[in-house]
Amino acid sequence: MFRPLETSNSSAITFTFDNQPVTAIEGMTVAAALLASGYKSLRETPVSGQARGPFCMMGACFDCLVLIDDETVQACMVQVRSGLQVSRVPRMNKAGDRL
Amino acid sequence: MSVEQSDLIIIGAGPAGMAAAKEANQRGVQVILLDEQPTAGGQIYRNVLGVSGRQAAILGADFTEGRPLAEWLTQSDVDYRAGVTVWQVGTNGNVAYSKNGIAEQVQGKHILLATGAIERPVPLPGWTLPGVMTAGAAQILMKTSGLIADGAVLVGSGPLLYLVAAQMLAAGSPPKAMVETQSFTDLRAALPHLAGALKSWRQLTKGLGLIATLRRAGVKRYTGASDIKIVGDTAAEAVSFTSGGHSKRIETETVLLHLGVVPNTQISRALGLNHRYDAAQRCFHPVSDSYGQTSAPQISIAGDGAGIAGAKAATLSGRIATLNALSVMGKISTVERDAACAPLLQSRTSENAIRPFLVRAYAPSGEILRPADATIVCRCEEVTAGDIRQSVALGSKGPNQTKAFSRAGMGPCQGRFCGLTVSEILAAETGQTPDETGAYRIRSPLKPITLGELSALHPIENEQGTI
Repeated sequence: MFRPLETSNSSAITFTFDNQPVTAIEGMTVAAALLASGYKSLRETPVSGQARGPFCMMGACFDCLVLIDDETVQACMVQVRSGLQVSRVPRMNKAGDRL
Repeated sequence: MSVEQSDLIIIGAGPAGMAAAKEANQRGVQVILLDEQPTAGGQIYRNVLGVSGRQAAILGADFTEGRPLAEWLTQSDVDYRAGVTVWQVGTNGNVAYSKNGIAEQVQGKHILLATGAIERPVPLPGWTLPGVMTAGAAQILMKTSGLIADGAVLVGSGPLLYLVAAQMLAAGSPPKAMVETQSFTDLRAALPHLAGALKSWRQLTKGLGLIATLRRAGVKRYTGASDIKIVGDTAAEAVSFTSGGHSKRIETETVLLHLGVVPNTQISRALGLNHRYDAAQRCFHPVSDSYGQTSAPQISIAGDGAGIAGAKAATLSGRIATLNALSVMGKISTVERDAACAPLLQSRTSENAIRPFLVRAYAPSGEILRPADATIVCRCEEVTAGDIRQSVALGSKGPNQTKAFSRAGMGPCQGRFCGLTVSEILAAETGQTPDETGAYRIRSPLKPITLGELSALHPIENEQGTI
C-alpha cells in the first residue's frame, strides 16, 4: 500500500476509473493516483486473464495499460486531469469479442 | 515539405543528455533535446525541480545534486522538447517522435543517445502479481507523487536497494524486511576489487553508512536468500525464501524488486549498432569507444545506456560524447576534442573506480538469471522459462527463433523485460556464448503508435527503405 508523505499544497482533482470517482493530486500520473487510491490491479492479461498492476512506473513494461479516450495507453505516462475518464482495457478473445 | 534540421539531436534528458546539451549549447552548436518525461532529470533526477522540501530531504543529497543541470536546462535557450516519445531513429540522423498523438520528425547531423538504463528483469515465481513492482518504481512514486510504500519487502541486491530502504526509513515507513540474494561468497569474491574501490572511498563510505543506518533502525535483513517466491492469488500476499538454512515467509502486500540496472538498448538495437555482452555486468551494451562513438559514424552514446556507471559518470560522458560529435561534424579538430576531453576522461576514470567491486559484490544470482521452468519470463505474453528451454529442444539457436516459437518478446514491451533472461537461458541451454546467442532484433516503432500518427507523417527514409 502506498500513502502520501505529506499533505499536498497542490490542488485535489477528481477523475474516474471504471466510472468510480478517484481523488488525486495535480501532477500525479494516472498510475500513481490509482495506486494511492488502493487500486492494485488495473487489468487482466489477454493470454490467461491474470490480474496485473503498475510495475516499472517509467513507461518500459506496459503492465499498467488502461483505456483513455478509446486508446490503450500506459497509465504511468499520462498525467491526471480533472474529469478524465479512465477504464480497464476489456479482455477480448481472438475474434475480437469481449470476454 | 522539408524536414526540420539540427546539428545535434540528443535523446534523453537525464544527467548524460542534460550535460551534453549544455556542452553543445555553450559551444554554440544547435541542439534539439528530446525526452519522454514531462520534466528534465531522467529517472535518477526525476522531478528534481518539482519536489517539496520534505521529499528532497528524504531523497537525499545525491538526488538534489541534479538540480543545477536541470535548472540550467529549463532556463537555457536549448530547444528542449519534453513529453515526446521517440519511436524511430535512423543511422542517417532521422528521428521520428510523437507528442500528444501528433507525429513529427527531425533530421540531425549527429545523434547522441542518452537513453539511460532500465531495471534488470527479476523473474521470480509470482513477479507478475499486482503489488510487485521494481524498487525504481517505488523511487519514482516518491519523486513524482510523494507516495511511500508502507510495510514493503525489498527483494534482490545492489546499492540502490539500500538507498531505497534508507529513503523509506527517512520517510517513516521502513521496509518490513530486506531479502538479499548476495551471499558472503559474493562479498569475498569482490575483495580483490576492494583496493580499486577504495579510490572511491566517499562512495564506499556512503554505502556503508546506509547499511549502518538500516542496522541501527532494526531493519531486518536476510542475506544469501534463495528459492525466493512471491506468494499470492490475485495480488502479492507474502514473500517466501530460504536464508541461513531456514525457510521463511514474510507477509506483505508490496514487494519491491531490484537486481541493479542494465543499459536500455532498444534504440541502439533498432539502429543495428554493434553490441557486446559484458560478462561482469551480465548484460549487453552497445560497443563504443571512450568518446562514446558507436559503430555508426553519425551516432554517439553517453550515460548508462552505454554501460552502467552512474549519474556522475554520465554527466562526464555526456560532455565527452558531445565533444566527439563536434569533431565528427568538423566543428572542432580531434586535437581540440582530445584536449577538452582529457580532464573529463580522467574524472570519469576515478568516478568508475568503485564499479568492479560493486559489480562483483552484487552480482545477480543464477536462480534469477536463469529461472526455473515454471517461472514466467516474458510478462506480456506469459511465456515461462520452460517454454524458452523447450524452444531449444525444437531447434532454436537464438532469441529471434525462440520469439517465433514461443511468442516471448512479441508483446507491447518489445522484450524490454524478458530479452536478457531469454538470451541467458538460451546461452546456457545451447552452450553458446551470450554474444553468439545474441538478442532480440528490435524494430521501429519503438513504442506503439496509432495508424493516424503514422499516416500524418511525411515519408521516412531509413536503412530499410521508405516507410
